[in-house]
Amino acid sequence: MLIFTCPYCGIAAEETELTPGGEAHLKRYGPGSSDDDFEEYLFLRPNAKGVHFERWRHSHGCGKWFLAARDTATLEVFGTYSAQTTEPPAEIVTAIRAKRPDWSPA
Amino acid sequence: MSSRLPQGGRLIDRSTRMAFTFNGTPMTGFRGDTLASALLANGQRLMGRSFKYHRPRGVVTSGAEEPNALVNLGRGDRLEPNQRATTTPLFDGLTARSQNHWPSLEYDIGEVNVALSRFLPAGFYYKTFIHPRVAWKHVFEPFIRQSAGLGKAPKKPDPDRYEHFYAHVDVVIAGAGMAGLQAALVAGRAGLNVLLCEQEGHAGGRLPVDGGMADADGWIEGTVAALAAMPNVTMRLNTQVSGVYDHGYVLAYERIADDAPGSDAPRHRLWRIRARHVIAATGALERPLSFAGNDKPGVMLASALRDYIVNYGVSAGDRTVIVTNNDDAYRTALAIKAAGLDVPCIVDARPEVTGDLPARARAAGIEVKTGMGIAEVRGRKGVTGVRLCRQAGSGVPVEEVACDAVAMSGGWSPVVHLWSHCGGKLTWDDAGAFFRPDHARPPTNQDGAGFVTCLGAADGALVTQDALSNADAMARQVVGALGVKPAAADLPETDSVAEAPLMPVWVMPHGAGPKKRAKMWLDFQNDVKVSDVQLAAQEGFESVEHTKRYTTLGMATDQGKLSNINGLAILAEARGAAIPDVGTTTFRPPYTPISMGAIAGEARGEIFQPLRRTPIHDWHAGRGAYWEPVGYWRRPYCFPQEDESHADAVAREIDATRNGVGLLDASTLGKIIVKGPDAGRFMDMLYTNMMSSLKPGRCRYGLMCNENGFLMDDGVVARLNDDTFLVHTTTGGADHVHAHMEDWLQCEWWDWQVFTANVTEAWAQIAVVGPKARTVLEKLGTGIDLSAEGLPFMAWAEGRIGGFDARVFRISFSGELSFEVAVPASQGLAFWEALMEAGGEFGITPYGTEALHVMRAEKGFIMIGDETDGTVIPQDLGLDWAISKKKDDYLGKRAHERSHMTDPERWKLVGLETVDGSVLPDGSYAIAEGENANGQRNTQGRVTSTYYSPTLGKGIAMGLVLNGPDRMGEVLTFNTTEVPERGGPPKTIEAQIVSPVFYDPEGEKQNV
Ligand SMILES: [Zn+2]
Repeated sequence: MLIFTCPYCGIAAEETELTPGGEAHLKRYGPGSSDDDFEEYLFLRPNAKGVHFERWRHSHGCGKWFLAARDTATLEVFGTYSAQTTEPPAEIVTAIRAKRPDWSPA
Repeated sequence: MSSRLPQGGRLIDRSTRMAFTFNGTPMTGFRGDTLASALLANGQRLMGRSFKYHRPRGVVTSGAEEPNALVNLGRGDRLEPNQRATTTPLFDGLTARSQNHWPSLEYDIGEVNVALSRFLPAGFYYKTFIHPRVAWKHVFEPFIRQSAGLGKAPKKPDPDRYEHFYAHVDVVIAGAGMAGLQAALVAGRAGLNVLLCEQEGHAGGRLPVDGGMADADGWIEGTVAALAAMPNVTMRLNTQVSGVYDHGYVLAYERIADDAPGSDAPRHRLWRIRARHVIAATGALERPLSFAGNDKPGVMLASALRDYIVNYGVSAGDRTVIVTNNDDAYRTALAIKAAGLDVPCIVDARPEVTGDLPARARAAGIEVKTGMGIAEVRGRKGVTGVRLCRQAGSGVPVEEVACDAVAMSGGWSPVVHLWSHCGGKLTWDDAGAFFRPDHARPPTNQDGAGFVTCLGAADGALVTQDALSNADAMARQVVGALGVKPAAADLPETDSVAEAPLMPVWVMPHGAGPKKRAKMWLDFQNDVKVSDVQLAAQEGFESVEHTKRYTTLGMATDQGKLSNINGLAILAEARGAAIPDVGTTTFRPPYTPISMGAIAGEARGEIFQPLRRTPIHDWHAGRGAYWEPVGYWRRPYCFPQEDESHADAVAREIDATRNGVGLLDASTLGKIIVKGPDAGRFMDMLYTNMMSSLKPGRCRYGLMCNENGFLMDDGVVARLNDDTFLVHTTTGGADHVHAHMEDWLQCEWWDWQVFTANVTEAWAQIAVVGPKARTVLEKLGTGIDLSAEGLPFMAWAEGRIGGFDARVFRISFSGELSFEVAVPASQGLAFWEALMEAGGEFGITPYGTEALHVMRAEKGFIMIGDETDGTVIPQDLGLDWAISKKKDDYLGKRAHERSHMTDPERWKLVGLETVDGSVLPDGSYAIAEGENANGQRNTQGRVTSTYYSPTLGKGIAMGLVLNGPDRMGEVLTFNTTEVPERGGPPKTIEAQIVSPVFYDPEGEKQNV
């Protein structure tokens, strides 16, 4: 029963208010892409133990999708941020680095 | 024999008698008794049988960890199996029956003697799989079925009421023993919002029984009163913190009316708590010792034996031998003496015994035999004596002592469950021979901080004065970490008792041979012995998790509360490893089983889930609609009249619609507005076909795929104006299609200017269907030109019909002339009634979902969920015409190019017509020659929809068939599950491949 703070409405929402959406920052491959790229996009997930970026929707709240940076092993949440970005913003990266000095963005 | 003592019993009220029955025998106890203490008081020491060997068993403990004394409690609709007698409060009229025996508790023909038990070693269940199949069927399975089962499952619905409570607190404290009370004082005085939960019906824990404080009862009473006076502290008795979950989510289980069946109160209450911090003041559990015959009725934990004396005024026996490896058990000897009963001797495995408590025991005249152990317990259904031996040796008896009870103590283990539920790690404490919380590795919350703290005995501080100062200090730390300054200290005075260290004893005697080890029980409930764990290790089960599953150690309803550490130690010894290197199994919530009723709470019956009703719902109900659940909706399946069968009603509704006019409540259909400058571009991505070219005023049928290429929804899109589309989805699809749209708009194309709104419930939608449909609408009076030219097929118009604001869509899912009319939801019922009245002269007939299904199948229209199952692509259904070749991209387009999707061997949609006119069974497979690798018959197709068509007077079906569209006219054989009366293989049915459009293939009926 995780708690994430929705960056849109500011509510500390509990898991029952949210819908999970899997890994964040996937790059979409459409028609014309190679089989390998498409396979990577559609199926292959690293399932990281540790720092992980993921999609959540505040579905029983404001309805917005947002992204969260979280440690999948310790359940520590480093921050939540807008879904409208292709990579974690600098302040999120800084927050992760402060707690996990060995971590670097892929 | 066990009995009630002439005085004593701090928890019972001797002036109030309670009558109860055990296995039908009437007995009495006192208010404040547990079922276990009352049974002991009545001389009933035999309380059940074990799971595997059906060995006679008595109560071992006095609390939640009890493995043996499980009963079927209550009767009829209040029968509940596997209830622990030790935690069941006695009430007047209680009925209990013991478990795991036949025909009776005293005489059980299922009892497995020692000779036979050799054939039921560790993992015997798995080993039976290796034997020939025939042995499994005729030997093992009947035997296992006969022996399995514990209590009886109740057969009737639970008549009681349950509820959930929600609480948001700073600190939840599990346990109102000495440590928990002190922690509550510290946190309460600091002004924090505190919820203090105690699983027993009284506060104070073991303090009054074990001593250590001059006026224990006075301090407990004073502290409880002080807490009650604090508005920020809530205390609940009979409430067990049963589980700790992610980010400070906590479940507590409150038993309110277990002792008052049929009362107004909810029976149980589940507390759903969010806490900033969890304090586990959960104490410690005493461990048994492993000696031959340690499972016989009359052998009990030393602490339990003194609990029964002090709390309930009940003795377990007249002559009790104490066997121990530590000082604490001497308290039991002193309690027994104080009650005026005999302790023939204390058998202490330690070669030397000093300490304050042994000195007191010796002063009381009790003989202490040092360096000794029990070689064997005498007696069959109860203890009659013990044979003693040297602990260091192999078990040669040196003397026999007559006794009728044995009090054993193998040391104590902190209750670390709540620490471990969410990942807190443990460290091995050599001095105490137990695992305790590793403070450096707590379970962490969303901030990365530890959010559970064990204190007192749960942190390994077992002696009263240590436990109190530990609790105080740890509670102050918690308060400080929550940003509050703790108030000044005031600790009560405690006795200073010097306890000598224990000596770890995992097997008694140390050199016991295989015969003795096969009589030493580790897990009493599941009958796992020292020899079983050793055998598992010998057979290569090195991991503790594997050993647990192979031997079933710790897998019974008590979850190994008594057996875990002892079993680990045996495994470690067998592997030649240190105990901390073997590690523990995972502690999982709940701490003890909680009732299914508490989990369900109020969510049962009518309020199990919300019900969605269309504006016309009550009218349907008034006409005797037979309901079909569709998502959260209820839709009329058909409207049977008087004695009419459902099949007859469906046939009548279809006939009336095809020959006159029918009405369908289509309000449940999903309606989503897609609006904005980029709406057309967005619609082209959502649908496989081109939507941006749709003209305002027109409708188009479209298919929606997910990114995997699989068909997820279909429906008619109407273009309302240049920048607005109205998307119709299936009834079940509205919410997830809307979520799907928002996902892509918010997360992928966030720079596109599009809004969506799910307006499903804003409109009532009624399909007016049949040759007389236009006549009925025109009779109501309308300014809309409904003629074939004015409103052609796949057009829509807005205006007034019969005084109602309406949108009319000229679309058809039945093949008939059809108008779907949407009016504001508030006018839905009035409009429906107006239609019914206007259509009366034409025999207007409401129809349900089954008529809808049959009519669409007669026309060969697909249905999401029938023809699709999440693995079907539009191309499988012959819907290539609805896939745009012009568009560069749409969701699912890239997936449609994958080799598996373009495979010509994919099964494709066809119509199926049985040769004899009968109806194919739903889900039938078309069988092919030969068998697959698993020895199953090969298949070449399957039925996706199948109905009796009253229009055509025969069975019709659709199905997906290998190369189907190229095999028109071919006859396939379909399997069924129907076995002929005379026996033999199940029947088959032959059906011919035909076009899926059975009715009006030219579409002449809908284009009028
Ligand atoms: Zn929100």
